[in-house]
Amino acid sequence: MDPILKRDIILDNYTNPENKEAVSNEAYIKVNSNNESCIDNIDIYILIENGVLKDIKFDGEACAISTASSSIMTKELVGKTIKEAKEYISNFENMIEERPYDIDNLGESIVFDEIYKQANRKTCALLPYKGIMKAILKYEENHKE
Amino acid sequence: MDFKRDFPMLNKDLIYFDNGATTFKPKCVIDAVTDYYTNYTANAHRGDYNISLKVDMAYEDVRDKVKEFINAKHREEIIFTSGATDSLNMIATGFFENIIESEDEILISDSEHASNVLPWFRLANKKGAVIRYVPLDSTFYITIDNVIKAVTPRTKLIALAAVTNVVGDVRPIKEICEFAHKNNIFVVVDGAQSVPHKKTDVQDMDADFLVFSAHKMCGPTGVGVLYGKKELLENLEPINLGGGMNESFDNEKQIYLKELPTRLEAGTPNIAGVIGLGAAIDYLNKVGMDNITIKEAQLKHYLIEKLTKISHVDIINPECDSGIVAFNIDGIFPQDVAVYLDKYNICVRAGNHCAKILKKAIGVKNTVRVSLYFYNTFDEIDALVELLKDKEKILKEMI
Repeated sequence: MDPILKRDIILDNYTNPENKEAVSNEAYIKVNSNNESCIDNIDIYILIENGVLKDIKFDGEACAISTASSSIMTKELVGKTIKEAKEYISNFENMIEERPYDIDNLGESIVFDEIYKQANRKTCALLPYKGIMKAILKYEENHKE
Repeated sequence: MDFKRDFPMLNKDLIYFDNGATTFKPKCVIDAVTDYYTNYTANAHRGDYNISLKVDMAYEDVRDKVKEFINAKHREEIIFTSGATDSLNMIATGFFENIIESEDEILISDSEHASNVLPWFRLANKKGAVIRYVPLDSTFYITIDNVIKAVTPRTKLIALAAVTNVVGDVRPIKEICEFAHKNNIFVVVDGAQSVPHKKTDVQDMDADFLVFSAHKMCGPTGVGVLYGKKELLENLEPINLGGGMNESFDNEKQIYLKELPTRLEAGTPNIAGVIGLGAAIDYLNKVGMDNITIKEAQLKHYLIEKLTKISHVDIINPECDSGIVAFNIDGIFPQDVAVYLDKYNICVRAGNHCAKILKKAIGVKNTVRVSLYFYNTFDEIDALVELLKDKEKILKEMI
């Protein structure tokens, strides 16, 4: 993708993030995700019904990369089953960590395909995924057969 | 003086504005540390052979240097620790655990560093004591009047930084000590951000305890100082027991401790670090502490003057007297500003700077912080300001 287009998408998701709001509805699972080495700190709210991610919101203070990554993540993951979401997340992590990944399956998230060049930004891009995985595990823990 | 010649790190094509976190080391400090490891490695206070004696002398010589540097009355009042954090924990646990009782009050402020907050929290939790905060004025300063207002008959201790690490305000420590001592209140001073930048005279300020770290004053990491008035240190119980600090012990569990200062330095100390601290003090004395203060003030005023002209820069502490400037760029997360500047090899800190309770008082959680030292230059400030002028450029390049 053209680097200028990539930057525009990131900036757009930073300045006008999707799904950025706090949720008080108790049907949502709430988790906090923060990076030890920096100051990003976000809350993630997720509504899972019958194994499908129905809605995701996030809120908090974070840098451009974390905020854009969160915004894109919420758009990409809503509607996916837990299994599909996990596949997406592990594919995303592979891209960030410079392991083989499937480029066709990532949607808008491919704007971060070169973030590894800034080592200190990798954790920013991964931050919302760390949170969403925590939430999914929490859901699975509560819905064991 | 030619600082570029003295500091190897000043020749790395970097602009370093994170001196509140740690400072660069002059070659003489690096050489002193290397000299110990290369030419006379031995333990201190242990051997009857020549190089061990040389280590003793070098180590104890630094104690005298520190004594002179902060104008302590006795050399036994200087205890070497691993840093200001270690010193504060030793004071809180070893001294104040025997002083503070249930319902007693410990007075701190919202702008203290974590190391001057958490040891007091633990002490208060343990003893059922109360933590109170000196209110900050509209410029985030602590005034003597506000200290007086916050003191109650139950106040036993005031613990404050002489200069804070986020807003850089300089506290009226001497007046605070004078007032406190009239009311039988102890004063602990966190000197981590003050001792490296201005002349310190513990007898004049009359603090009961003062702590600081070597690495923030051109010295090595992992070494610091605990100063305490002799009569108080006599009652500071060593947290660490072990070699070097005991006179003798027997199998009836009797322990006989050595005198100050050795009693409070259990185990093999950071010998190389202490020797490096000595070299750092020599270097700072050569530059001149008054010159350091003046140069930092000039740099700071220059930076403030330039930043004030940029409409999208919001300076949190334009008034303060130290070399610390905290600011934000309108609409840009501080970390993104730091990442942007890093692309031009300019090192600044973004965050809450370990002062997590300050956000309530200043209404801003995170900031970009420039902390200056005497080796910074006006040209470096020009380079920084130039990069901050164009907000579109920051937005474009921060990703």
